[in-house]
Order: sequence, then structure tokens, then C-alpha cells
Amino acid sequence: MIHPDRYESLGELLRDALVQFKSHRALVEVSRKKVKGELTYSDFKRSAMVVAARLADAGVTSGTRVAIVMSNQPAWLISAYAAFYCGAVLVPVDYKLSAQEQGNLLRHCGAEVLITEYPSWLGLAWVDIPARLRLVAGVPVGETLENAENWPEQPADPSATDPDFVPRKRHDTATIVYSSGTGGRPKGCMLSHDSYLNQYQALLTLFPMDETTRYFSILPTNHAIDFMVGFIGPMACGATIVHQRTLRPEFIVDTMKRLKITHMALVPLVLEAFERKLKEKLDAVPPFYRSLMNGLATINLELTRKKPNRALSKRLLGSVHAAFGGELQYLFCGGAFVDRDRAEFFYKLGIPVVIGYGLTEVCTVATVNTLHPFRGDTVGTPVPGVEIRIVSPSDDDRGVGEVQIRGRTVMQGYLDDPELTAQSFDGDWFRTGDRGWVDAAGHLHLVGRSKNMIVTEGGKNIYPEDIEGAFVEVPVDELAVFAADYIWPREGLTGEQLVAVARARQAKTGTALAKLREKNRTLPDFKRISGVVWWGDDFPRTASMKVKRHELAAAVRQHQGRDAVVPL
Amino acid sequence: MADQTVKTLMSLAATKFGKAESLLSPRDDFFEVLGIDSLQAMDLLTQLEEEFDVEVPDYELQGVKTFEELAEVIRRRL
Repeated sequence: MIHPDRYESLGELLRDALVQFKSHRALVEVSRKKVKGELTYSDFKRSAMVVAARLADAGVTSGTRVAIVMSNQPAWLISAYAAFYCGAVLVPVDYKLSAQEQGNLLRHCGAEVLITEYPSWLGLAWVDIPARLRLVAGVPVGETLENAENWPEQPADPSATDPDFVPRKRHDTATIVYSSGTGGRPKGCMLSHDSYLNQYQALLTLFPMDETTRYFSILPTNHAIDFMVGFIGPMACGATIVHQRTLRPEFIVDTMKRLKITHMALVPLVLEAFERKLKEKLDAVPPFYRSLMNGLATINLELTRKKPNRALSKRLLGSVHAAFGGELQYLFCGGAFVDRDRAEFFYKLGIPVVIGYGLTEVCTVATVNTLHPFRGDTVGTPVPGVEIRIVSPSDDDRGVGEVQIRGRTVMQGYLDDPELTAQSFDGDWFRTGDRGWVDAAGHLHLVGRSKNMIVTEGGKNIYPEDIEGAFVEVPVDELAVFAADYIWPREGLTGEQLVAVARARQAKTGTALAKLREKNRTLPDFKRISGVVWWGDDFPRTASMKVKRHELAAAVRQHQGRDAVVPL
Repeated sequence: MADQTVKTLMSLAATKFGKAESLLSPRDDFFEVLGIDSLQAMDLLTQLEEEFDVEVPDYELQGVKTFEELAEVIRRRL
């Protein structure tokens, strides 16, 4: 691990890593069941210098915003490093959003350069975007591009020297990461080089990586978790990062086995898929062997209560470990609530699931379970350099209140939105909008949210105002979408649902309901609303006619229960 | 040919998830009518790829919800 103390920026840190680990394998790209290509750290550097030369030539320098819209692949990391090398601010945009949504974010941040891949470009080519340079990777042979050029793989001038490295300072903005706002108010979190360098140091000290680490990158790299533990962390430790084009569980498991993956970050949904496959296998063995496995798992749990012991667990439960390649050290699980039973199921089998809690606004992770001992019932203790506090705690034994976070990893603010930034901070404490309590051992327990949003098991944060646009044609007088738990608070972070509150004349509710159903079906399943509450009064609004959501939710809560929701 | 792809696809899906084939129609949302989640849908797709001997990249499945749309994605690769 390269110690970050003497570095000012991510670009500097990675630049040294590329020299230090030059002959090590940096990246492996897998396509289905075969390895497509491999790059050493030196190869990576060579490719990145070609991209950097093109960026520098296009005038990219300190503070230029360079956006990446691309699924996980070597070109993502190479482009990101090239951007940092040129002093740019990186804007990683979710490649799974629609081109329209991506366009909104690219316009909001005024990205001067867009680096994307062919499938995304097919949509983005039709959207109004400000980028003057558009680089497209993976263009099929024979296809030509309009208003864009191929992502450069060969230097324009083979005799030219590398472009100049543009230094940045710790307090400079490294990235702008959008935590929401695809349909409504964009929330572009500005994170400094200092935030990342601190987070890198804290996480990699707790969960070390080195040249023998093989990290499998399946969460989108634009997501805070993979950006840190699947890009910056492993590269600054000389590890190998594995990318795979398909994310279907059977191909994932196959790659884990063949490439002997040691580290991986995933969302609860993928963990659930692994559990399902394992249980199917366990159910298929004769009852005698099944009870033997259960017995061994119980012994393993007893022997590893204080801390994980991989060698021991592998000896006891070799066949289970072999199913994942036999070298797995950690599964980092984040992005959404992790079910305690599920985490314990894996730990019992000797596969530690590291549960953490974080938000884009605080870089990556604020609290994490250190596994000494393993606990599946909490999201762990604050990572070094991060403080948490519970505000306005309830006066019961637990003291549940809003979780607030302070430290060097907290963002600089939301891009071009001082009002929202001010609302999100209480002094230098970031207000998470999540509710929780801290136990005697200092572990944070999350119990719910006070903010109007939901998180799916797939780790997607859904903000109701972002999807209201889908219902504009519904024949009602007024309509607003809410997280059901925002109207009727409850304890628990699973099965969160969205509901609409709508005002319509009695005679029209039938037609409106039919239209709501029709529109709802056009949305991806994670954005669908589960029901509607009919509301008789005018919505409370601000002088600029925005719905006062908090007031409306309070009024609905006062007069209607959850049972008033008409299911869709 | 077009009809055949969607028919084979619905028949496979019906067998895999224990539904009566007669209850499925090409324009149905397969998540809804089969009562499956996205992971199960991916499982189904892998089986379809083997049946039709094609490889469909994940990104081509974004927004695909009906049997008809799924058949079209597969047909493009045949």
C-alpha cells in the first residue's frame, strides 16, 4: 500500500503506483467465460498517456470537467486517470440512467469533455450536451461517428513525449458525483482530493490490499464504493482489478472461481442471489451431508466468533469456499440495507460480509464493521477520521435520532446550490436524514429515515421528485410522490415503497387510477409506486408554487393511515 | 419466424417458472406475469441464449419488459 500522506492529489498517488508496480498485472477483462485481455501497470500507463495527450490537446487542464458515462471496463479507469493527470475534475455519471437523464446532469455540471462507450453514445448522440470533445470507446468496426471521435488507443504522434502532469492541491475538487436529481434538482456532490486520500488511508488500513489481491469489480465504477475499493484502493496497492461485461450471477460465480477472486463489493441483491444458489446446492445433497455441513458451519462460527480465520474456515467448509474460488477474503456489502440473517449465514460459512454505511456526500463509507468481532446487527463503528453524532435522541433506552457525520471525508457542498448545501449541514456536521442509535460498543444501528427517499435492495436511491414527471398526463388536479415511510414513519429499512398523493374530483378517480396504472407500468420496477392516497384539499405550496412536501406529508399523516393507500 | 421465436421463448419461460403457457401473451410484462425479479429474468435469459445459441449483451436488455421485446432482442442476434 502506498501511504497517501505525501501526496496532494489522486493523480499524484496513481502516477507513483503506475511506476512502482509496473510489471504487475493491473487489469483483467473477462467476457463471459474467457479472458479477453490483460494490462500491466506499465500497459495501463501507456494507454492512459494516449488519452491524456488527447485531453491536453483539447485544452483540458486544472478544473476542466470531464464526464465519464461507461460501464465497468479498463477504459473507465484509464480515462479517469488520464483526466486526473491533466488536472481535471472527474464527473462519473451512472451509465444505467437514460440518455435524457445523463444529458440533464452533463448540462448541470457543464462537462467540457464526455468520455463514453458506443451503447451509451447511441442515446447520447441525440441529446443536447455541452461537451466540445466526445470520445467514444468500443465503436464497432465499420461504424462512423458524428460529432464524436473514437476513444484513442494509439498516439496521434508516436514520437511525442507524454503531456505535462498538472498538479492539484488537496483542497481542490477531485470529483462531482451526482447522488440524485436526474428528474428534479441535481445534487452534485463536490468531493476533494483530501476526502479521497483520507478515505483511502482509513479503508485500506482496515481492509488491506496488496499485489496478491484480485478485486472483482461488479458495482458500477461511477458508484462511490467501487470508485474507492475497485479503482483507487487496489491501484494504489498494486492489486489486480477484474472487469466483466456481464453481471449475470452464473457468470460472476464462474469468474470468481477461475480468477480466484479475493475481494469484491456488492449490493444486497447480489448477496441474495449467492445465498439462493448456495441454499439450492445445500438442499440438493442427502440429509446426512446437509446436517454434517450445518454442524461444521456451527463449529466454524464458534471458532471464529472473535475474528475471521480463513484458513480454518476453508479446512472445515472447503466445498463451500471452492464454490467461490477458494480465495475469497472479503465481500464488502453496501449501497442498501443488509439483512442480518443473510450476513450471518455467510459468516457462519466462513465468508466474511463486511457491512458498512455511507453516502456519496461523505465520500464512500462513514462506518464499517471491522469483523473483530463480526456483527451482523449493526453498520459498524466510524472509520478513522470520521465522527458521528445522534441529534435529538428519543428518550427511550436506545436514543434514536438523526445521524450526523463530520470529518475530512465529508463533501465540500452541492455544485451550484448553496441553498441546498446550507440545508444539509448543521455547522460542520452533515445531516444524513437517516435515523439511528449508537450502542455501548460504539456501533451504529440504522432504524429508518427522516428524508423523503427510498433505497432499493439493488442499492438504488430513489428520490420521489425525480419520478413525478412520469405521471404528468394522469388526469388529477395535483399529484406528489412520497416515500411511504416519510408519511408514516416506521422502523425498518427493507421493503420501502413509494406512494402518490393525488387530488382529484370523486368522479374522476376511476379514470385517474387507470392512467396511473398505465404510466406506472412504463417505469422500471424500482421506480414504480405501490399505491395512491386520494386527498381532498389543495396542496400547500411555497410562493414559487413548489409543493411543501413536509407539510403535505404531515397533513396526510394526521388524517389518513397507511390503510388508505389504494394499491396499484 | 418472428412468431416462432416468441412462442419458443414463452414456452421456455412457462416451463421454467411453472406457469401455464396458455396464460402468457407476447405483449405481457414478463416480470409481472411470471412473478419474477430481475435476477430470475437474467437466469431465464441465459437459458434462452443456450436455446437460440446467441449471446445478448446486458445493455441490450435495458427497458425490455415484454416477451415480444425480448424476442426482438434475440432475433436481432440470430
